[in-house]
Amino acid sequence: MTQSLLHTPLYDLHLELGARMVPFAGYDMPVQYPAGVMAEHLHTRAKAGLFDVSHMGQVRIRPKSGQVADAAHALEALVPADIVGLKPGRQRYAVFTTADGGISDDLMVTNMGDWLLLVVNAACKDADFAHVRAALGATCDVDMLADRALIAVQGPAAEAALVALNPKAAGMRFMDVAEMALAGVPCIVSRSGYTGEDGFEIGMANDGALAVARALLAHPDVAPVGLGARDSLRLEAGLCLYGSDIDLTTTPVEAALEWSIQKSRRPGGARAGGYPGAAIVADQLADGTTRRRVGLRAQGRAPVRGGAELFVDEAGTQPAGRVTSGAFGPSVGGPVAMGYVAADHAAIGTALFASVRGRLLPVVVTAQPFVAATFKR
Amino acid sequence: MTVYYTKEHEWLRVEGDVAVVGITAHAANELGELVFAEARDPGTTVEQGDSVAVVESVKAASDIYAPVTGDVLAFNDALTDDAALVNRDPEGEGWIVRMTIADASQLEGLMDRATYTALVG
Repeated sequence: MTQSLLHTPLYDLHLELGARMVPFAGYDMPVQYPAGVMAEHLHTRAKAGLFDVSHMGQVRIRPKSGQVADAAHALEALVPADIVGLKPGRQRYAVFTTADGGISDDLMVTNMGDWLLLVVNAACKDADFAHVRAALGATCDVDMLADRALIAVQGPAAEAALVALNPKAAGMRFMDVAEMALAGVPCIVSRSGYTGEDGFEIGMANDGALAVARALLAHPDVAPVGLGARDSLRLEAGLCLYGSDIDLTTTPVEAALEWSIQKSRRPGGARAGGYPGAAIVADQLADGTTRRRVGLRAQGRAPVRGGAELFVDEAGTQPAGRVTSGAFGPSVGGPVAMGYVAADHAAIGTALFASVRGRLLPVVVTAQPFVAATFKR
Repeated sequence: MTVYYTKEHEWLRVEGDVAVVGITAHAANELGELVFAEARDPGTTVEQGDSVAVVESVKAASDIYAPVTGDVLAFNDALTDDAALVNRDPEGEGWIVRMTIADASQLEGLMDRATYTALVG
């Protein structure tokens, strides 16, 4: 190992909990604990899992005018989501687009009242920060909050685990964000996550992360969960992994992320377009795309993994597309995957074939999520 | 009954002129709970070091390499619906394939239990 890996503030806790550590986006991160990926996944859906996501980037955008609307207007030049309409104490999913309509990262945006908080992918955070600062630097102070950690608690018992530390958490709805103390540590808590479960993401200063994590783990229903189960959970929930399912070559419409482009930003809307690649995205919203991200269920038990080629016919002569993510879904009890297929073959129920180790296995285009989301609306 | 081990964490048990092949407890533990397993079709000739089977966890697929050259005789059908049997009894009921041993001298290049145990600590 020539390059030393970064540690999150919970690194020692991971070792204490018996985690197997792997390099991920420049960090030494827990891929699983002794319970294992299968058990951690199922525990999250049955009770609650605690995830260290401190490697993700947190970016603060403070408008020099003091008016958060100015920061929101400025950010809308980079993302197709409605940021101006995002109310204080609310969070929303967005993507950074490129001039040719591709996606340079996906992120969560929160209106903190007088500033905006972005949470971006670890592998993209330096590029994202440079991108935002270059575009918004004239009107906003843009800072990477490298001194802050992030912990997710996901699953049906997440609310009880939070409420045990602060009853204020009970009143939050999906995508609400509130500041509250947990275990004596001031935290920014959002009711969101990336597993398809109800749950929370909790940001705090690095030096408070261990106290919050230990307080949450003290709840009998909360167990630590690593990156392995985080991946199978998000896949079952039909959520994209940046770098696999979405990237510079995929547009938001191809990726079936139109829901992240609110009406106000679409053609005819109050602030239509204005983001990189807007003309391309507008055309695709109107006319559709030649390929589409879809969910796939395999018929047998053999997992169909990212990279598998998809075909229309069992002989494998007519290409239909390619799998971008795939795993065995522990809650589904079978293989689940997502990938891009030609628009002609994107309808739910379409039978296709995936090439796995030289054999063509039957798969069916399936609605996502593969498991019902349990968000507290 | 002689059992041999490879540095890729397969074991091979000699039963008469047939080899029964599986993965070690160490490997099963490292891979985590298996969700799928399959082997090359019976009758297929595999060279020593070729993939003779695949086992998959939630997260990843892993090749099982033939410890010796030979013909695949059978896959452990019990794994078709219950690949996690490998985790529960990796060096017993969780065997993966039976195969012929084309050249018994290849066994001499494999490890005995003491050597393998020392390797994985």
